[in-house]
Amino acid sequence: MTEKRVYLDNAATTRTDPRVVAAMEEFFTDTYGNANSLHAEGRAAHKALEDARARVAGAINASRPDEVLFTSGGTESDNSALIGLATAGGRTSGHIVVSAFEHHAVLEPAEWLGKRGFDVTLLKPRADGVVHAEDLRDVLRDDTILVSVMHGNNELGTIQPIRELAAVTHERDALFHTDAAQTLGKIEFDAAELGVDAASFSGHKIYGPKGTGVLYLKKGLRFAPYLMGGGQEFRRRSGTQNVAGAQGFAAALEIIVAERETEAVRLTKLRDRFEEAVVGKLDNTYVNSIDSPRMPHITSLIVKGVEGEAMLLHLDAQGIAVSTGSACSSGSLQASHVLMAIDCPQEIAHGSLRVSLGRWTTDADIDRLVDALVPIVERLRAMSPVYEKMFGTHKA
Amino acid sequence: MLYSDKVMDHFGSPHNMGVIEDADGVGEVGNPVCGDMMKITIKVTDDRLDDVKFQTLGCGAAIATSSVITDMARGLSIEDAVKITKAEIARELDGLPPAKMHCSVLAADGLRAAVDDYLVKNGREPISGGPEHVEHDEHGHAAE
Ligand SMILES: Cc1ncc(COP(=O)(O)O)c(C=O)c1O
Ligand code: FES
Repeated sequence: MTEKRVYLDNAATTRTDPRVVAAMEEFFTDTYGNANSLHAEGRAAHKALEDARARVAGAINASRPDEVLFTSGGTESDNSALIGLATAGGRTSGHIVVSAFEHHAVLEPAEWLGKRGFDVTLLKPRADGVVHAEDLRDVLRDDTILVSVMHGNNELGTIQPIRELAAVTHERDALFHTDAAQTLGKIEFDAAELGVDAASFSGHKIYGPKGTGVLYLKKGLRFAPYLMGGGQEFRRRSGTQNVAGAQGFAAALEIIVAERETEAVRLTKLRDRFEEAVVGKLDNTYVNSIDSPRMPHITSLIVKGVEGEAMLLHLDAQGIAVSTGSACSSGSLQASHVLMAIDCPQEIAHGSLRVSLGRWTTDADIDRLVDALVPIVERLRAMSPVYEKMFGTHKA
Repeated sequence: MLYSDKVMDHFGSPHNMGVIEDADGVGEVGNPVCGDMMKITIKVTDDRLDDVKFQTLGCGAAIATSSVITDMARGLSIEDAVKITKAEIARELDGLPPAKMHCSVLAADGLRAAVDDYLVKNGREPISGGPEHVEHDEHGHAAE
């Protein structure tokens, strides 16, 4: 197939914007010093690093630049936020609440803490795909020390009411962390306005380089460093800083923030057009959380009576990249924990398809996806031993 | 997790897809692990498989293994057909990812169930010895 690829998996990762690549280049070959060295090369690198930090702090409305720590990505930011905040000051017990549809980068450190003396509550989102503040209030306790609820869910695209969740958490004098890897640059993120104590970000979700991230940590919090060594990043994250990565992150963030409002309008239009077309053309198909507040770039589709991996592979063969939460596609053979958390039955989660739009997605891409997907679904349903039994006729 | 070209060929253009309307035996099996379904229909003359067709709701490996087993089983005696193992199916497809071996078990079980159904319908004893054991596979998360 000579037609160009249609990449609709931007929630998994994005293409690095060439403007970002250009902004990073001099920090590999010219300004290559160690930001902690005293000589001229070191000072130049230090200046570039602090410049990136100040720009990131400005873009997320941190109150000071040293609230921004550069990390190796969303996973490190999440792991270190949970473990670093929970175990600060040598603490070995306390109650922690995380939502049940967090990314595994939050769930697994929470589980790790749960095996080491902490008491962990998994808070379920409601069937609308949203974690509600009243539900959080019900599970908080006097000994709650930390709550972590993601800003935008990476599979459903739903937006959590972070300001309310943080406020409810603070009523109990606990700390609030949010994983904002999917929302940064897609909807507004204002640390002061949201009132969070800590937040995680990832460079490769915002058209920046992979292996870069930021942990926002509000000034004055006790924190046990997760990476120990040379004491870089205000003794909170050791390791020689990735100056090119920090500059790339800052450049990517400034671009996405500058273009955010127009891009949100454009992507919402494309997303809605896709959803209307596909639901109109396929029976037994719906969009998860369609009436909830959602980010502009993610659609979580359920196509009943087909298996997600089979749809994904057929689309891939026709040049289109998407993803699925089906059990068959996950090495563990369990349907995505996100769909399970909203009580989507396993056999329906089987037909999940996530389409995530990005900076270079066009109207023509959406047309190609719809034109490809409809006959693929018809074909797979015709192949199924149970489709007619379960759903009657198949006008696909 | 990567599929071989052979898996992708069978997945893209499956062989012997459909239902034999006047089948002599029907095997319907479901996968307890991931919820997939397979139906194998067979036409038998003198205890030999003249025709084998499949319908599958499932992943790429489930579709490819059911397609390839219809090729492997056609023309075999029922005794030989029930001896087809998941390992032979995987070999025929130039290998399967470890997490997908259970899909080939489903294909083998579907064929066995169809042969047993044929025998029982004719007042004879089933010969397959029942389904193969499904092992548990490794753990991992896709890109999120
Ligand atoms: C919500 C969320 N959190 C965390 C991560 C992990 O980020 P990274 O890939 O930068 O480690 C991702 C993406 O994979 C994500 O979608
Ligand atoms: S049939 Fe579900 S993983 Fe293959």
